[in-house]
Amino acid sequence: MSHSLWTTFDREFAQIQESLLQMGLMVDQAIALSLESLQNRDHALAKQVIDDDEEINAIRFKIEDACLALIATQQPAASDLRSVVAVITIVINMERMADHAAGIAKTVILMGDEPLLKPLIDIPRMVRLAQEMLGEVLQAFVDNDADTAQAIADRDDEMDHLYQAIFEELLEIMADKPDSIERATYLLWCAHNLERIGDRVTNIAERVIFVSTGDMRELNV
Amino acid sequence: MKLWVVFWCTMRQMVNQVQSPKMFIQELDFYYGSVRALSSISIGILERQVTALIGPSGCGKTTFLRCLNRMNDTIPNTRLEGKVYLDGEDIYHPSVDVVDLRQRIGMVFQKPNPFPQSVFDNVAFGPRVLGLTREREELDAIVERSLQRAALWEEVKDHLNTDAMELSLGEQQRLCIARVLAVEPEVILMDEPTSALDPIATMQIEGLMRDLSERYTIVVVTHNMQQAARVSDKTGLFWLGELVEFNDTAMIFTRPKEQRTEAYITGRVG
Ligand SMILES: Nc1ncnc2c1ncn2[C@@H]1O[C@H](COP(=O)(O)OP(=O)(O)OP(=O)(O)O)[C@@H](O)[C@H]1O
Ligand SMILES: [Mg+2]
Repeated sequence: MSHSLWTTFDREFAQIQESLLQMGLMVDQAIALSLESLQNRDHALAKQVIDDDEEINAIRFKIEDACLALIATQQPAASDLRSVVAVITIVINMERMADHAAGIAKTVILMGDEPLLKPLIDIPRMVRLAQEMLGEVLQAFVDNDADTAQAIADRDDEMDHLYQAIFEELLEIMADKPDSIERATYLLWCAHNLERIGDRVTNIAERVIFVSTGDMRELNV
Repeated sequence: MKLWVVFWCTMRQMVNQVQSPKMFIQELDFYYGSVRALSSISIGILERQVTALIGPSGCGKTTFLRCLNRMNDTIPNTRLEGKVYLDGEDIYHPSVDVVDLRQRIGMVFQKPNPFPQSVFDNVAFGPRVLGLTREREELDAIVERSLQRAALWEEVKDHLNTDAMELSLGEQQRLCIARVLAVEPEVILMDEPTSALDPIATMQIEGLMRDLSERYTIVVVTHNMQQAARVSDKTGLFWLGELVEFNDTAMIFTRPKEQRTEAYITGRVG
């Protein structure tokens, strides 16, 4: 018995996977640009991130549509079925990630031209981590690799620690200098958006594990 | 959740767990001459459930189904080892009356096979042969009830004397089901009952199987995996004469445990 038969399902699913990776790149770009707009206080760039979010919403619906058509026409079962349903969950989570990137961009616009409260150190770290996690989890999905997915959930702990550190630092500054509260809050919003992005990646990692093992469980509770 | 709901659900679960199977097959081997067609099949068939058997052509589904009501007895040079129990009684025990057994375990075939007689006579055939009744009124009642249960009554009630061969294929298959029901079976075996039917007739038979499972125990062999997924409570996958996996249908179609099941139901068998 061979398992190498290339079914119609495989062919169509490969295309969906390609769109999924393309959407991943768009989300990655949105996260990167939102940081750049924050670092350079670049309102035009921030606005672009907000506008591009529409495109990401559109591709999400396109992929969901393709999944529905695939279910209706090929009636997948077992791991095929789990994969298609996973794609639907993954695109929903990625779309939300892009919303968080847009959230950072909106904050940049709200900040106006006031100088930053402090140099950005941990926020760029969170951004890098978020980008790495996103790239890895999508690769794990394509490779059907539950171990890597599990490891990604551990990296979300790193994300939570960074957020916690920023939170405490900003809290101290706010207690010290009450006139800084507004600017500190803006930075906190940015960090919070990134922390949420980490949670979204963890959701995706759970799906990858489900596809590969059939185990439905929550990581990082 | 309300307490009585919890209580009721728990009770139901307990009842389900202790329910002993309607049929129990133990270490069944079957040989055509020296060729072993089934090896060591063990399976419990629960009462008032639909059990679907799937698997590639030639894997032994039909052979297995025919072991359940001793239809293979008539094929010369065959041998069966292991046990088949109906309500705890060994159906291959010498004291068992085979005619009586086949009344309790009826069979519906792939191609509708009505007799070239009237609709009425087709359904009345079993009760007459078995001498279930001598009263015309009672026979009328049996025929009507059987046709009702086979979801055919409305279509034929005004032409009970029509030749059965004039019915559509889908109607003929429901007539064959009515013919089985007329002798009040407990278990109904169906071997690819819809493979000769169009999609609408197929859907009707599938709906019928679901309805009938409220009253009867059904075992159905099908090549149509979606059909197994749609109609059955339990699914078993046969492969080269072995039962590879047997589980709740929802589990088989979403999270099968065996690689061969996965390969078969995702169509990756070469
Ligand atoms: N009467 C017979 N004499 C000899 N061999 C037989 C007989 N009937 C079936 N076989 C063999 O037993 C094996 C199982 O056949 P069976 O008909 O049970 O398979 P199946 O799963 O029902 O296949 P299909 O899906 O094609 O109906 C096959 O190898 C078949 O060739
Ligand atoms: Mg067969």
